[in-house]
Amino acid sequence: MGGILTAAEWQALLLSLRVALAAVVFDLPFAFAAALLLARCRFPGKWLVDGFIHLPLVLPPVALGYLLLISLGTRAPLGAFLLANFGIRFVFSWTGAALASAILTFPFQVRAIRLSLESQEAGLSEAAGTLGAGPLDRLFTLHLPLAAPGILAGVITAFAACLGEFGAIITFVSNIPGETRTIPLAIYTAIQSPGGETAAARLAAISILLALAGLVLADTAGRRARASIGR
Amino acid sequence: MKDVTLKHRRAGFALDAEFDLHGARVTALFGPSGAGKSTIIAAIAGLLRPDRGRITIAGETVFDSQSGISVPPRARRIGVMFQDLRLFPHLSVEANLFYGWRRAASRPPRETADEVVELLGLSQLLKRKPQVLSGGERSRVALGRALLMGPRALLLDEPLASLDAARKAEILPYLERIVRETRIPMLYVSHALDEIARLADHIVLLNHGRVVAEGPVFDVTSRLDLFAGTQLIPGTVLPASVLRHDEALGLSEIVAGGEVLVVPRVAQSPGGEIRIRIDAEDIMLSLSRLDAVSANNVLPAFIADIRESGAHADVQLQVAGARLVARITRRSLQRLGLSPGQPVFAVIKSVTVGGREG
Repeated sequence: MGGILTAAEWQALLLSLRVALAAVVFDLPFAFAAALLLARCRFPGKWLVDGFIHLPLVLPPVALGYLLLISLGTRAPLGAFLLANFGIRFVFSWTGAALASAILTFPFQVRAIRLSLESQEAGLSEAAGTLGAGPLDRLFTLHLPLAAPGILAGVITAFAACLGEFGAIITFVSNIPGETRTIPLAIYTAIQSPGGETAAARLAAISILLALAGLVLADTAGRRARASIGR
Repeated sequence: MKDVTLKHRRAGFALDAEFDLHGARVTALFGPSGAGKSTIIAAIAGLLRPDRGRITIAGETVFDSQSGISVPPRARRIGVMFQDLRLFPHLSVEANLFYGWRRAASRPPRETADEVVELLGLSQLLKRKPQVLSGGERSRVALGRALLMGPRALLLDEPLASLDAARKAEILPYLERIVRETRIPMLYVSHALDEIARLADHIVLLNHGRVVAEGPVFDVTSRLDLFAGTQLIPGTVLPASVLRHDEALGLSEIVAGGEVLVVPRVAQSPGGEIRIRIDAEDIMLSLSRLDAVSANNVLPAFIADIRESGAHADVQLQVAGARLVARITRRSLQRLGLSPGQPVFAVIKSVTVGGREG
């Protein structure tokens, strides 16, 4: 691929998008379940669960990267087990970058979805009940579609946050061109190399354009989603 | 034992009510705001668990605190038209209408369902979203949604309260048609006598969480004691039949309570049964027969009872075969020196014709 971007820039850009997409898609079902738990259920120790879910917001990404490395490295018990039995290897792989991003951006999705679940009128659920819909039925025909704007907002915020992830990725899966060198890592590499200022500036410009495109997309999609549920 | 017996206590409010639902008829739950009407509806629908009581709908007990029965809302098959409608904003009119129908075990056949949609005038709106509809259209969707689930009973919680007079006039004929053409027992909650006068067979009057009176609409509305503690304005509902039309003047003569009344031309042909309402504030009392008066209907009557409260006095009148209630000021009462047993003339300023037959 040629044109405006160099091969290395394309590589970093596509990798960033792939890592962010994988992280967001992987997170979504868990985030919805967690949001549902926090929005609808009352149980002892809820504050602890709430705190744990939000932990990545306050945890230094480098610390998380280190924790992942010592638990999922090929010589760590869990990492060795996954590799031996399922052939799954996270270290030095783009999947590891996606996993780290997924953990770090999980709270963004949970918060947005939780808010949209909490703002749903209880009356609609009652009405569906009188019309013969059970809890699971209501979840799929009412709560999930009505939470669409929240899900979308959460996904887009998380996606944007993934694009900026640096510390956890470089600590956990290193800085391998074409495998784990996302745009932030590529910018870092360019700054470290002599005469790399122009390359860094170009990559920073790509980041900004990507962020702007994300904002526009989020706004359009959000408006459509809200319109679909009449807000 | 009554069909519905409920005891429920919450901070600052106690409900202690029992009444019957009278099979395939429209029972009006009538009373001022805060009387407990919505609590009763929620309990019957299964959305609120009363402290104690028993609820039997169309022969099946759906709640009984003594034997521990509490059928969940989705298994009660009781259609509810909520005051705030509660249409699903993300679904089309069609998906809203058929939401309950799709889930009902004993639903009406599709053709019948389509007829109901047609009857409610919604056939052209099926693909729209509820939020682009007018208030009246939204009400019809809510009514249709509750009807299509094939309910054993229908609860209508102040279905017209949120509508202005024009929208109300638009919806009432649909409700009347539904009452006429289905045999579903209905519980109709309202604090507007005009709606009840048009729709109900039976009235349960509530005040402060208790049933103050219960009986056929024609009996209850002419009683004086019922409205005393409420902010409601009394008005008498009477069955009537059409005698003849006067096409030249655009009038009809009807017979109600053994007297002939002149009203604006009605749609029914002679012999047809109608229902009329005479509001207490639309009756003037006179000691002499007024011939030079614009009102068309002046009836001889006897005063049966008088009840004074505040600035006004409610006077119950015996007119041939019916009782009417007139509301006058206490000043007029004193000035005319009215007392029970006295003959007077009731000058009826306006008669509201409408509603279901009989």
